[in-house]
Amino acid sequence: MNLTLKVWRQDGPEDKGRLETHQLSGVTGDMSFLEMMDVLNDKIIREGGDPVVFDHDCREGICGMCSMFINGEAHGPGRGVTTCQLHMRSFKDGDTITIEPWRASAFPVVKDLAVDRSAFDRVIQAGGYVSVNTSGETLDANAIPIPKADADEAFNAATCIGCGACVATCKNASAMLFVSAKVSQFALLPQGQPERKRRVTRMVEQMDKEGFGNCTNTGACAVECPKGIDLSNIARMNRDFLSSSLTGE
Amino acid sequence: MLDSKTPQGPLADQWTNHKNNIRLVNPANKRLIDVIVVGTGLAGSSAAASLAEMGYNVKAFCFQDSPRRAHSIAAQGGINAAKNYQNDGDSVHRLFYDTVKGGDYRSREANVHRLAEVSTSIIDQCVAQGVPFAREYGGLLDNRSFGGVQVSRTFYAKGQTGQQLLLGAYSALSRQISKGKVKMYNRHEMMDVVIVDGKARGIIARNLVTGEIQRHSAHAVVLASGGYGNVFFLSTNAMGSNVSAAWKAHKKGAYMANPCFTQIHPTCIPVSGHYQSKLTLMSESLRNDGRIWVPAKAEDAEAVRKGTLKPTDIKEEDRDYYLERRYPAFGNLVPRDVASRAAKERCDAGFGVNETGEAVFLDYASAIERYGKTEANVMNLENPSDEKIRELGKAVVKAKYGNLFDMYRQITDDNPYETPMKIYPAVHYTMGGLWVDYNLMTTVPGLYAAGEANFSDHGANRLGASALMQGLADGYFVLPYTIADYLADDIRTGAIANDTPEFMEAEAAVKDRLEKFIGNDGDTPVDDFHRRLGRIMWDNCGMARNREDLTQAIEDISALRDEFYAKVRVPGKLHGYNPELDKAGRVADLLELGELMCKDALEREESCGGHFREEHQTEEGEALRRDDEFTFVSAWEHKGAPKDAELHKEELVYDNIELKQRSYK
Repeated sequence: MNLTLKVWRQDGPEDKGRLETHQLSGVTGDMSFLEMMDVLNDKIIREGGDPVVFDHDCREGICGMCSMFINGEAHGPGRGVTTCQLHMRSFKDGDTITIEPWRASAFPVVKDLAVDRSAFDRVIQAGGYVSVNTSGETLDANAIPIPKADADEAFNAATCIGCGACVATCKNASAMLFVSAKVSQFALLPQGQPERKRRVTRMVEQMDKEGFGNCTNTGACAVECPKGIDLSNIARMNRDFLSSSLTGE
Repeated sequence: MLDSKTPQGPLADQWTNHKNNIRLVNPANKRLIDVIVVGTGLAGSSAAASLAEMGYNVKAFCFQDSPRRAHSIAAQGGINAAKNYQNDGDSVHRLFYDTVKGGDYRSREANVHRLAEVSTSIIDQCVAQGVPFAREYGGLLDNRSFGGVQVSRTFYAKGQTGQQLLLGAYSALSRQISKGKVKMYNRHEMMDVVIVDGKARGIIARNLVTGEIQRHSAHAVVLASGGYGNVFFLSTNAMGSNVSAAWKAHKKGAYMANPCFTQIHPTCIPVSGHYQSKLTLMSESLRNDGRIWVPAKAEDAEAVRKGTLKPTDIKEEDRDYYLERRYPAFGNLVPRDVASRAAKERCDAGFGVNETGEAVFLDYASAIERYGKTEANVMNLENPSDEKIRELGKAVVKAKYGNLFDMYRQITDDNPYETPMKIYPAVHYTMGGLWVDYNLMTTVPGLYAAGEANFSDHGANRLGASALMQGLADGYFVLPYTIADYLADDIRTGAIANDTPEFMEAEAAVKDRLEKFIGNDGDTPVDDFHRRLGRIMWDNCGMARNREDLTQAIEDISALRDEFYAKVRVPGKLHGYNPELDKAGRVADLLELGELMCKDALEREESCGGHFREEHQTEEGEALRRDDEFTFVSAWEHKGAPKDAELHKEELVYDNIELKQRSYK
């Protein structure tokens, strides 16, 4: 198929940026979106130009590195997939595709389509862990039975890949879905209880400090989340945060 | 002969005795010691977190935008541990035995036994960190089976075990970053190791965003930089996975061990076109319930390839379940190397089932029926229809493997619940790596290697669910102890200066190399050379190897390398974010490694595990080891061109296991 690509080009965080138009032919339906980008870059390099920078690594939907806003949607038109899992059979011959980076003040553009998501790392560093030393001298793994439903729900929350699609999709650039997924994982497990209140307080504080916006319960984040992280996590985090504030922890 | 420094005494006591006898560094002195960790996968994150927790000052480096994205995250199936929760006869000894046998008797007994010993602590540790493993309704941990074993010892979190374990290690690392004990360098790549007075004393790193070259000093350097499967271009590795950190260490004196030992994973989605950038693994856990087959008649296979016959229309008696036929005892759960070769054998014989003739079926129809019947019994349904049974069975399969089936559907546009999946072997893991002694130290004092970057535990073939085990064992429970024995000499050394001639020279060499790439007057993209290298490796140093092909490949790679330096075009500038430049450096190193792999494969005149030399096979076409001559580790010393590398040997001694022809029949 033949495509018209409008690709965002930006030299760095200070540059204003612009859309650049490319014509691309020879694209097939079996290609992933990123393989289509490889073909584009191959063409640009052979023509003596400067290839488009984009983040990617595992190309199987789990590392969370790829991050493209395609035709106005995070990770493009598919549901439950990352950009690397989106295949060109989702488009048709003659289509015009607009490709932009995640846009949020907490995610400054590094170059072209790559953004800086280290704010997410700092939110985790603020409390997204269980404070246990790595000696291996802990309880036997089966010492505390955990109801399967709780373990499964904790797992579902823990499958967040930290890609930032939730932030990119939210009109307020809120990170509530990301933060609440980590808060929920530990809130649902016995191992997370001792630090439960302190954790939610500190992670929410850091989230605010990073400049993420507020949640207005639109729910767009959960729609675009490639891992299907549920909105109920946000409700759980709000309850925990409120209760921690009331008890002053 | 290389000395592995394996402790004396009975196998089962070696690790305990060693830990009791090695030197320690007291807490106050640990604060005076700096350690660099390169890579933040399971081995790197866990090592960095543990070392920092103990009190060392750690600098950790990863090329990704966050340590959480290292490629361990993509491991699907699970992690082994000798917990024997299923009461099926598992034990530390049995895990040890299975691993040595699975590795086709080319691994070091003492290391493997230690791995089996600490395996149980890994599960305890991860549960304590809040890793949400799969559980049964009683609230206890669930297990499943993997290839090459007859017990259920694999712990898992759906098809995302690697993700959950890595996020556990990342959370431990994040805790230390927040305390200031780990200084984290995201989007940084190690460009060289710096050796001062014969010891590893730091690295040259490059900030990939700004292009800035940095000198980082430390008392010891740990490489946890992963494997080199990307030398094949098409593999299940992430796009950024590379050999450069290990290769730079090799060029600075660290021996490279068994580089030709590559794991070709039997269950991957087949290649579909020239533009393809990577291959996707379908977890080995699928072999628990899936049955692998090809048509028994060549004319049926041809009709399937042409699309005139549907696999579901082929009668049961016209199907060849070749793994069950050849290996009745293990069936579809034979080790990876055996399953991969068997698939290649059928496809080479003309029974392949996709357009390229390089695919076999992985079929869930009988599992769906079996589970459906069980469910119907549980629900007390009388005379359920076939349709109802299939519906119930599909729900069970969806719960167990749903994400893998979804992934297959996204990539191929085929529905695996209704028609068998098509799979073919692909490069997945490299057992070879930097040679390390029992303490995980390379041949360069103060330079350590952990996880897939070292060669130590898997011999000539790794069993499924053992990579995660080894990564975390090395990082949490081995290296943090053994490194103290070396660092105990450094408590009075003081901070290592980073402006000595050794650092300045290394920095200048790195800059020079990068400038040459940018200034090169070529017109061909880096990927072009990478793809061609991959083709040479796959055709000549893949699932089957022979003297003639390997000899030719060495010449071809050498010629391709010359062409690369003459014709590569690296756009952009030295400063600023330039992924093409990063890639050029990595491919340059792969172009050297590939040649050494072929040389290693050529010199090892036997077949063992994933290394199959056509000249050495049994009458049934199984790998034929030559224990009298090749019961050793090949450790290569860099001497200029890769083909001039010098061979050193570590003799492998089996005091506790009898060497046998591996049989899964």
